[in-house]
Amino acid sequence: MIELLQRLRARTFPRGIHPPDHKALTRDKAIRRLPFAPELLIPLSQHIGTPSVPVVHKGQEVVRGEPIARAQGFLSVPLHAPATGVVAGIERIPGTRGEAIRLRVYPGDDQQVRYGAPRDPQGLDRPALIRAIQDTGMVGLGGAAFPTHAKLSVPEEHPVDTLLVNGCECEPYLTTDHRVMLEDPEDLMAGIGLALRACGAREALIGIEDDKPEAAEQLRAHLPAHGRIRVQTVAAKYPQGSEKLLIKVLLGREVPSGGLPCHVGVVVQNIATLAQLGRLLPRRQGLIERVMTLSGPGIARPGNYLVPLGTPLRYLLDYVGFTGEAQEILFGGPMMGTAVASLDVPVTKAVSGVLAIREPGPATPREIQPCIHCGRCVAACPMNLNPERLGLLAAKREYALMAEKYHLNDCFECGCCAYVCPAHIPLVQYFRAAKAMNRRMAA
Amino acid sequence: MQPPPAPLELRPSPHLHGAPTVEQIMRNVVYALLPIAGFAVWAFGLSALALQLTVVAACLGTEALFGRLAGKAGTLGDFSAVITGLLLALTLPPGFPLWMGAVAGFVAIGLGKLFFGGLGFNVFNPALVGRAFVQAAFPVAITTWTPAFAPGRFTGFIPSTLTLPFMTPVPTDRWSRALGIDAFSGATPLALQKFEQVGTDTLDLFTGMVPGSSGETSALLILVCGAYLALRRMMDWRIPAAVLSSAFLTAAVFHRLDPQYPEPLFMLFSGGLMLGAVFMASDMVGSPVTPLGVWLYGTLIGVLTIVIRLFGGLTEGVMYAILLGNAASPLIEAATQPRVFGRRRPEKEP
Repeated sequence: MIELLQRLRARTFPRGIHPPDHKALTRDKAIRRLPFAPELLIPLSQHIGTPSVPVVHKGQEVVRGEPIARAQGFLSVPLHAPATGVVAGIERIPGTRGEAIRLRVYPGDDQQVRYGAPRDPQGLDRPALIRAIQDTGMVGLGGAAFPTHAKLSVPEEHPVDTLLVNGCECEPYLTTDHRVMLEDPEDLMAGIGLALRACGAREALIGIEDDKPEAAEQLRAHLPAHGRIRVQTVAAKYPQGSEKLLIKVLLGREVPSGGLPCHVGVVVQNIATLAQLGRLLPRRQGLIERVMTLSGPGIARPGNYLVPLGTPLRYLLDYVGFTGEAQEILFGGPMMGTAVASLDVPVTKAVSGVLAIREPGPATPREIQPCIHCGRCVAACPMNLNPERLGLLAAKREYALMAEKYHLNDCFECGCCAYVCPAHIPLVQYFRAAKAMNRRMAA
Repeated sequence: MQPPPAPLELRPSPHLHGAPTVEQIMRNVVYALLPIAGFAVWAFGLSALALQLTVVAACLGTEALFGRLAGKAGTLGDFSAVITGLLLALTLPPGFPLWMGAVAGFVAIGLGKLFFGGLGFNVFNPALVGRAFVQAAFPVAITTWTPAFAPGRFTGFIPSTLTLPFMTPVPTDRWSRALGIDAFSGATPLALQKFEQVGTDTLDLFTGMVPGSSGETSALLILVCGAYLALRRMMDWRIPAAVLSSAFLTAAVFHRLDPQYPEPLFMLFSGGLMLGAVFMASDMVGSPVTPLGVWLYGTLIGVLTIVIRLFGGLTEGVMYAILLGNAASPLIEAATQPRVFGRRRPEKEP
């Protein structure tokens, strides 16, 4: 009875949407390892910040796990060889930002990770720990790809008391965090411990959407004895996994507009990131692969796969079987992911899933109709913006007014407004364009 | 591997969409109006049917004509002109001359909607613009009422229906009396109440067994049809709720102050209030979208309706109340912008 009441008043934020989650396709599929493609393409810019600088040259032989590029400054991370092979070149690749290292994989190699030396992270002080995290090449694996060590090194003037571990995974189709929580709880707990020390927080709170009860159960069973890590379920709703909304729901704190989570004493990290951190750092290894959900009606064998970074999309689709039943191929979830233009692009640290989807209905592009002022977007916006008014202003090219009076920059492009728009107005695209115009005007 | 679709489609996120289309919403409003239109035909006979067909045809014709003149094709398919036509017909007296109905339809679409830029850009509810025009142009015809459930209503027209264009309609009182409905005074319950202090049974009002405009009489049916739309989330239930509750409360206050004023329940179920609140005030285009603004807008319409009914020269006030509400809607919306996440308080528009 009490449980029922608790479920009824499941914690959530106002507004938002409930898109069909399509997670049944992959939620029970254990993580499997994807074979190595004959050739990997490792872009030098896989994260937010300055691109990495190659430390290898054409023709050089590299061992799996060996650093192949170094960080350039603090807001940057190194890259590690995802496979043993030979550097075939460092060149510009269409569809990626900047240059990429082309790595020809040795076909007969046993692909052991030969790099790294175990160490006890307990012996590291905070600056050394931050440096060690940077050396792993870790970035936010939830999709933002912000360097993990930079996020964990909070400024002196904003001490942090809570580490929020984001296990919401509110994007439809994606089930990677779900599987990691089920299959890898020890690494996750180790990673949470490291992150707690790195950011100086007293306590960690794991937020999990209530559509994954088995994951919450599994983590509760693996909580360390010191009691500084807790698990809290929240209602399954999009975009519950948004940093600011999760902080509001779990801690009741509201990150001020334009501010960062550390301004309210919080650091947020995603499940996959911390699990990898807990695995890699004690072994002094680097990030060379990640879990991705490969799903959607266009994929013959959907599932969760551990994919070597740099695997070309064409190889990946070939392996899981592409049925042709798709109009779009996406990196990331369907709400915030991006459509890819070519199958020759590689998957990177930021790619949490590859989806081959088709929109129900006619294949022709949706015709934009006039706004009928229905207010659905206003009722959906989790930031309480007025997307309707913003959309009308965008059509009139009033970009500056959008930012000044209607808080354009508080929009984090979750897509709820465009999801519910009966007139098919591409509101998110309008807002992106408006932000870009404002940035250009300011520059 | 199957070859990938050529070319791959590149759409901006989000890549999922989960809302009914504009056309689906409009079609469902038409569905919700059909039972009311059917009841009008049952109560008032062939004349009501002919009036509905004429007004809808006039609206569609006007939309098509102006669309062709502007070089824009294909706005007929969105069903919004059908809604305007049906709603307009339902607000007219059943014996309203057909040619006047056609004029009303033309004005509703031409002046009320396309003049402002078409669907989504109109400031006022187009059907009410059309009705306001004919109210001013044909004041007698639009207040000429005929009895509901008259015998022979399915075999012949009310005599005024077939008036030739630009001719004055023949009076219908003799026709009404000839039907043997001796007591019929040619007045609606609101007019009876206002000018002759004669009450009407509330149950008859609720179910629609009374004279009036062809589609406004059955409060019950309008509520049921509105509930269908609200449950399908194609209408904002808060607007009719605000209009009706504020009208009820305002009427209750006046009735308490002076029992000569009609009872609040009578006010709620009489005249066009129910049809206006459920189907016209809730018109998305003319109403605000902010949560607080919706309640303010509905309350304004409800209070204005009662004030006009009690103190105005007309028996009916809902039409002007909604038009005024439409006019105030942008202001209400600007003044009620919600507090954005992470900001202190709503900042007002200049």
